Amino acid sequence: MEFLSYLISGVSLGSVYAIIALGYTMVYGIAKMLNFAHGDVIMVGGYISLLAMTSLGLPWPVAVILAMVVCTVLGVVIEGLAYRPLRAAPSLAVLITAIGVSYFLQNAAQLLWGASPRAYTPIVSGALSVGRLSISYVSLMTIAVCIIVMIALTVFTGKSKMGKAMRACSEDKGAAQLMGINVNRTISLTFAIGSALAAVAGVLLCSFNTSLMPTTGSMPGIKAFTAAVFGGIGSIPGAFLGGILLGVIEAMAKAYISTQLANSIVFAVLIIMLLVRPAGLLGKFVPEKV
Amino acid sequence: MGEILKVDNINVYYGAIHAIKGISFHVNEGEVVTLIGANGAGKSTTLQTISGLLRSRTGSIEFCGENISKLPPHKIVERGLAQVPEGRRIFLQMTVQENLDMGAYTQSGGSVEAELEKVFAQFPRLKERRKQVAGTLSGGEQQMLAMGRALMSRPKLLMLDEPSMGLAPILVEQIFEIIQRLHESGTTILLVEQNAQMALSVADRAYVMETGTISLSGTGKELAESDSVRRAYLGG
Repeated sequence: MEFLSYLISGVSLGSVYAIIALGYTMVYGIAKMLNFAHGDVIMVGGYISLLAMTSLGLPWPVAVILAMVVCTVLGVVIEGLAYRPLRAAPSLAVLITAIGVSYFLQNAAQLLWGASPRAYTPIVSGALSVGRLSISYVSLMTIAVCIIVMIALTVFTGKSKMGKAMRACSEDKGAAQLMGINVNRTISLTFAIGSALAAVAGVLLCSFNTSLMPTTGSMPGIKAFTAAVFGGIGSIPGAFLGGILLGVIEAMAKAYISTQLANSIVFAVLIIMLLVRPAGLLGKFVPEKV
Repeated sequence: MGEILKVDNINVYYGAIHAIKGISFHVNEGEVVTLIGANGAGKSTTLQTISGLLRSRTGSIEFCGENISKLPPHKIVERGLAQVPEGRRIFLQMTVQENLDMGAYTQSGGSVEAELEKVFAQFPRLKERRKQVAGTLSGGEQQMLAMGRALMSRPKLLMLDEPSMGLAPILVEQIFEIIQRLHESGTTILLVEQNAQMALSVADRAYVMETGTISLSGTGKELAESDSVRRAYLGG
């Protein structure tokens, strides 16, 4: 029974990582860059939803939608201002810029909303009791949202014209342009989707943590990045699987080994994984073309 | 039979390297025109410049009377100019059908289905393999897919960059038969080839490129019989 409850909390934590990792992996797939500011967009989503619920007194569904809208705009603006001018630049320049954007967002949040943690009331309270097992509604909601997002993205990239164009861009931007695809617009759309998901992740994460501060997004961001690499960066099912596994590993490590060591264990698993399967669980190893 | 494409005095640079040195040429409606020349002469660079992937510092590129030299690549495709790039560059992780869907990206409505039927009639192998992932196709099939994909956009002008590259002689003949068929059905084609003999055999007119300039031009027949072309490109 104890094991089962750790497992469920691991899966729900993993679902949050998976939602964040989907944003990382989609952006990586198409723009071939690691958007390290992705975690901080989560934090912005958290603050926007918090302010919408507390200062504006809006009901939580409206607050979530507002957070998604703000984060979507933020993601598209970040891409347009910071990354688009570097489209032809070496990847190191883009990576450093992404880290810069990350710090900028954290410090801007500190300036706007202060450095001290704020209490965050979970959007749904209470728990479902099954025998001796108690599962919080936030956990259930997180898992459900993650599954819906996963299915929606799979259908979108597999069936829709825009989704297919995204896959075409991620495979060969030059060829995609020759098909008449507007590559810049497609990349913007990817950032928009990733950032909207980050907002959702932000609300769920804050509901778990019941607190929020300007650095709230960075650790989950890095872990979700780990999850994306773990599952195979660029792969949507990979991000999902990686996120869930990472959450479970973390929950089990906390329960049975040591709370302090949990993060180290998570990253150690990543290192071992990369030694054994450099492309990740579901990633395709693409050899350099000769 | 008006001019569908008119390239006027374009200069293209890769950093400090002057790759295209002020070339001008044109393609009339319904024609097959070929650019031949050795590796590195600037043939592919010319096509990429017309498609908008590279920019010329001077001159103009007129397509159907409109200067397209400043338009982004996707707008140029919308105007009806399609390119089958060098090395085919099909989407290897997508299925044959999805590749063709991408070719029809600028199109909408019922015309897509009709075009698909035409492409399948032209390339029956693609119909058999429509659900297959493109990366599993043979080289010849990949070239057919690349051509079918470009035709899906219902181009007014089809540009082919080295369609015979890397293919076995029998497949090269097949590809040129297809080019001939497309020509007969009224498609205007600008063909870039290193295989000068094959290219000249299907071309109405041809231009010979050498290190970024056009050194010779004439009808396909004239150039095939010209001594200097024979010596340089046709092996005697």
